[in-house]
Amino acid sequence: MILLKIFWSFFQIGLFSIGGGMAAIPLIQNQVVTIHNWLTLSEFTDLITIAEMTPGPIAINSATFVGIRIAGIPGAIVATIGCIFPSCIIVSLLAWIYFKYKQLTVLQGILSGLRPTIVALIASAGLTIFSLAIWGDNGFSLDFQLINYVSVIMFGLALFILRKLKPNPIYVMLGSGIIGGVIYMIL
Amino acid sequence: MKSKNNIYKKLFVSSFYLSAFTFGGGFVIIPLMKKKFVDELQWIEENEMLNLAAIAQSSPGAVAVNAAILIGYRVAGILGAIITILGTVLPPFIIISVVSVFYTAFRDNLIVNAVLKGMQAGIAAVIADVVINLGGNVIKGKDIISVLIMAGAFISTFYFKINVVYIILVCGFIGSIRTLFHSNKNKKDDNL
Repeated sequence: MILLKIFWSFFQIGLFSIGGGMAAIPLIQNQVVTIHNWLTLSEFTDLITIAEMTPGPIAINSATFVGIRIAGIPGAIVATIGCIFPSCIIVSLLAWIYFKYKQLTVLQGILSGLRPTIVALIASAGLTIFSLAIWGDNGFSLDFQLINYVSVIMFGLALFILRKLKPNPIYVMLGSGIIGGVIYMIL
Repeated sequence: MKSKNNIYKKLFVSSFYLSAFTFGGGFVIIPLMKKKFVDELQWIEENEMLNLAAIAQSSPGAVAVNAAILIGYRVAGILGAIITILGTVLPPFIIISVVSVFYTAFRDNLIVNAVLKGMQAGIAAVIADVVINLGGNVIKGKDIISVLIMAGAFISTFYFKINVVYIILVCGFIGSIRTLFHSNKNKKDDNL
């Protein structure tokens, strides 16, 4: 039963990928390429490229992509449900514990240590995308010729607008996509 | 009843379009969720949002889905969680379903690549904006341990690429020790 197989594969991916998208990639590769031969390695590389070009978590993108190729829309639905099923159960359990016991001193203490950590993780993700926008795939460099000045100016403008006018951030992202897209097409 | 339906509708629409614009993983959606649910709708407090983000990061699975479950549950119970899961999963599901049909054309399309390249600068600015607010609040709190945790976690993840799971474990441990130490000290002060 192929649908059951798909469900079980993505259930395992959902269960064992702790720590976000990058942690999920080797698990997906193991299930989809190595164990089941549902995709070739080059198709898998395409999948990761597309997952990074489209919105949404990599695990969900992969589930939809692999599910559709193996068993059409039902396959995609089953794979996606399999992927989020472990999260639903474990997060619901943690949510219940959190809302019931959040006044406990120990839990308050743990969370007081985690809040600044989350800020740091967001900052790190932001800086990674910033360096991707400014220096491309090669990362930080002191060579002025490698700096993408279009990105630098757009970043500065976007941040200025966000701080001063406080618009909906979606518009800023869309606007920079359109303006940047036009500029890069012309250049 | 009408206001409840309104909340469900708003939950679905918010999580749907946040998910539709989350390029680049869980820590891009957390700042957007913070802007939407804390600053704009004021359904959740800033500290609680960070607590929920910490739980989402510590659980298995995609951070965006986990955070959506927690926010939905916090705002409108189990039904709220189901609504936010649907809202978060549908955009990538629909987009990938369409793209999978002609994915090589999509991958090599110059316009798509140019727009995505342009969006990077905007996404970086949105995250920078939220980090300035959140980080500023941590520093303004004048709690030296929190500031040290933030700096240490940043260096560990950005420079040393240490697995986030270990960073979460260590920082949670430091936080619990500090609180126990504080409450013992307070007890002693009370006895005096």
